[in-house]
Amino acid sequence: MDTIQILFFSLSALALFSAIMVLVSKNPVHSVLWLVAVFFAISGHYILLNAQFLAIVNLIVYAGAIMVLFLFVIMLMNLNADAEPRKNWMMKLAGVVSGGCFLMVMVSLVRQATELSGKAALMKTGEIGLIKNLGKALFSDFVIPFEISSVLFLSAMVGAVVIGKKD
Amino acid sequence: MTLLALDWILILEKLILIAIIVFASLGIALYTTFSERKVAAVLQDRPGPNRAGPMGLLQPLADGLKLIMKEEIIPNSASKALFILGPAMAMTAALMTCAVIPWSSSVELFGRKIDLQIADINIGILYVFGVVSMGVYGIMIGGWASNNKFSLMAALRGASQAISYELAMGLSLIAVLMISGSLSLKTIVDQQMAPGAWWNIVYQPLGFILFFICAMAECNRTPFDLPEAENELNMGYHQEYSSMKLGFYLFAEYVNMIMSSAVMASLYFGGYDVPFLDESSLAPNIAAIIGVLSLLTKIVIFLFLFMWIRWTIPRFRYDQLMNLGWKSLIPLALLNMLATGAVILWQQG
Repeated sequence: MDTIQILFFSLSALALFSAIMVLVSKNPVHSVLWLVAVFFAISGHYILLNAQFLAIVNLIVYAGAIMVLFLFVIMLMNLNADAEPRKNWMMKLAGVVSGGCFLMVMVSLVRQATELSGKAALMKTGEIGLIKNLGKALFSDFVIPFEISSVLFLSAMVGAVVIGKKD
Repeated sequence: MTLLALDWILILEKLILIAIIVFASLGIALYTTFSERKVAAVLQDRPGPNRAGPMGLLQPLADGLKLIMKEEIIPNSASKALFILGPAMAMTAALMTCAVIPWSSSVELFGRKIDLQIADINIGILYVFGVVSMGVYGIMIGGWASNNKFSLMAALRGASQAISYELAMGLSLIAVLMISGSLSLKTIVDQQMAPGAWWNIVYQPLGFILFFICAMAECNRTPFDLPEAENELNMGYHQEYSSMKLGFYLFAEYVNMIMSSAVMASLYFGGYDVPFLDESSLAPNIAAIIGVLSLLTKIVIFLFLFMWIRWTIPRFRYDQLMNLGWKSLIPLALLNMLATGAVILWQQG
């Protein structure tokens, strides 16, 4: 096992453990904090793939901004462990069955994808995750989807202002 | 000596460098608390702390000892793990910034060329941003885990303030990045050091003022100290904290100030550059030492500016704070960014 493999497996273990803790935690604030740990582990994977820009943007946007807003909402709503409604066993069973179906679809999708079969991830090489190449790709090959998504963000922002405005 | 295909001497070298920088930052932060009280005393025309040691120089040690000796109280209704995690995260986030700051050029010791920067990563300044955005968690977790209404209010204020001012900070930063074309702090400093080159403050005066205001807000300094407004919120998010946990929160603020001063010096004031001196004509070790002293001087000037403002300007009201952030700083930063882009395009022809 070389260094990259050790890093890969420890990051994966951290990601899986934190993801499970997100679900198991009774307290929503703890769940959010475990989710932040998941983002950290995923950013570590991005760095292993030589995509430092993606890694740090993942941290700034998701862990630094969106999760803080999640915490805001949870803290203001004062959700406690006992405020969570009790679900009966039928609901739980339905959840397990649908979740299992989704997992099966995902696994079969990844296994059958021709782009992925028989290929290993490029560790420490590959240039697309660096800011220069990413910027060039976004503003040349993918310029239309990029601009359309920015219009989408703008409309979401206008919508938030309209909802928040006192009339 | 290779195990796991790693250069273990490099790791040892980096560990020593990390230890030196972390302890130096903590030591400077210790004496920043002292100089804060002295500066406040001068501005208010009183002698300030002068009992412990000659000229009161042992005062910070006495303060630290007092904090350690105090009883450690964790409230019964507090969420225990998070209550401890809060100050730890605040301190970690404050100290982690020092990893990407270029403290000086490289020195040669025992035949090895040692860079006086822990890591020259190609996303340097974004890393600083990521760490700063983690600092919010220290305040939020601490305030929430205390299970106290005042603490929670302060934590929410602190977090919303940090998020609002991060935006303007990022936008004013983009203008600098457009000029330098690099995210690495080392490259940005080297460009300003090159013979004939000017410091970035010459090209970005408005950007620097915006960045400085936002840095003050991110450090929760007066006039932006709403999260710890004593007369509204008792003491703010660290009201329930005692002993060294409180010390960590108070200390993290000073470490944050030092780190943001270092970042500002690197971005706008040439980092470890000495004006009108050609460093390449000196022996590398001497140039490195002069560089460290130069950067420290700039940091001390910024720290004095922080204190000066703190003891001169009263606190903002909450709506004034939000208005300033969203309605003045962000539009100005956008304008600055557009103007910089236009000038760069015009120069390229």
